[in-house]
Amino acid sequence: MSLFDMFKKKSSGDVAKDRLKLLLVSDRANCSPDIMEAIKNDIIAVISKYMEIDASGLDIQITQTESDGGNGSVPALYANIPIKDMKNGQKPNH
Amino acid sequence: MSEVIVVTSGKGGVGKTTTSANVGTGLAKLNKKVVLIDTDIGLRNLGVVMGLENRIVYNLVDVIEGNCRYKQALIKDKRYPNLYLLPSAQTRDKTSVSPEQMKALIDELRQEFDYIILDCPAGIEQGFKNAIAGADRALVVTTPEVSAIRDADRIIGLLEANDLKRSDLIVNRIRMDMVKKGDMMSIDDVVDILSINLIGAVPDDENIVISTNNGEPLVGNDTLAGQAYMNICKRILGEDIPLLDLSEKSGFWNKLKAIFSSK
Repeated sequence: MSLFDMFKKKSSGDVAKDRLKLLLVSDRANCSPDIMEAIKNDIIAVISKYMEIDASGLDIQITQTESDGGNGSVPALYANIPIKDMKNGQKPNH
Repeated sequence: MSEVIVVTSGKGGVGKTTTSANVGTGLAKLNKKVVLIDTDIGLRNLGVVMGLENRIVYNLVDVIEGNCRYKQALIKDKRYPNLYLLPSAQTRDKTSVSPEQMKALIDELRQEFDYIILDCPAGIEQGFKNAIAGADRALVVTTPEVSAIRDADRIIGLLEANDLKRSDLIVNRIRMDMVKKGDMMSIDDVVDILSINLIGAVPDDENIVISTNNGEPLVGNDTLAGQAYMNICKRILGEDIPLLDLSEKSGFWNKLKAIFSSK
């Protein structure tokens, strides 16, 4: 590895660690990509009843987060849902 | 009081059998009465690593099926007065044994031995279930590679689900030269990811290959790996031994090697 590369790239050891951390979160949660996709679609369906969202910009993932109980980190579902427009009245239109 | 330790990893080829051989031999050197059990039915390698392959008469399946008494199947290692091996069967498969049968056999062996070391097969199927059935604690072996660590994580989850009281981690085949360059995860990285207690780290030492060639475990000799394994054995006995500095000495040896190879 040249000096130039060192500033440019992460070391492969760090890459491995980051990849593993992400991989293990979903391994431990026992959540397949199919299930994640289903959750995502359901979230879109529910939120769309109340407001207009940017479905293409929606991002959900399972991450580790510190638990409030103080017993270490626990998996958490993180969702970033960009809102385009709040619907009038903010009530479901049945 | 006897203790039953299963050596497991999930992934194959990370050093379960080498670890079993060295931990078993090391504990025997520390004056404990030890039996090593090869639970990898169909692929028996512990006997070869121990250099006892020519003395196998009866095996684990013979004992389980009642073809012989367990004392007839045990091979006494002549180099150490307290060390015995119960070899696995070569011509059978893992369905020949059930977890209940393993448990019953281990309870019988507890009467006679201080430590019972079980060399677990790779994978998470029947062979794994047999190996962990009678165990009190586990040594989880991994190398600093993504696939091995991922499998170790899975194994740790399964051990917890099976109510094993204690699991300790061994990081095997660590190369400090690569860690320094950032091209290998460090011991701390691995411990951080798996978050279980570290009981030892073993360097990637060519002496391991040599010792396997000769069928003589290197635990306790003056190689870096030999010392690392002996430290693990002492920690199993509850001694508080600081981690071996793998970098300093390997640097020294590398320098020494460099002096000789440059001539």
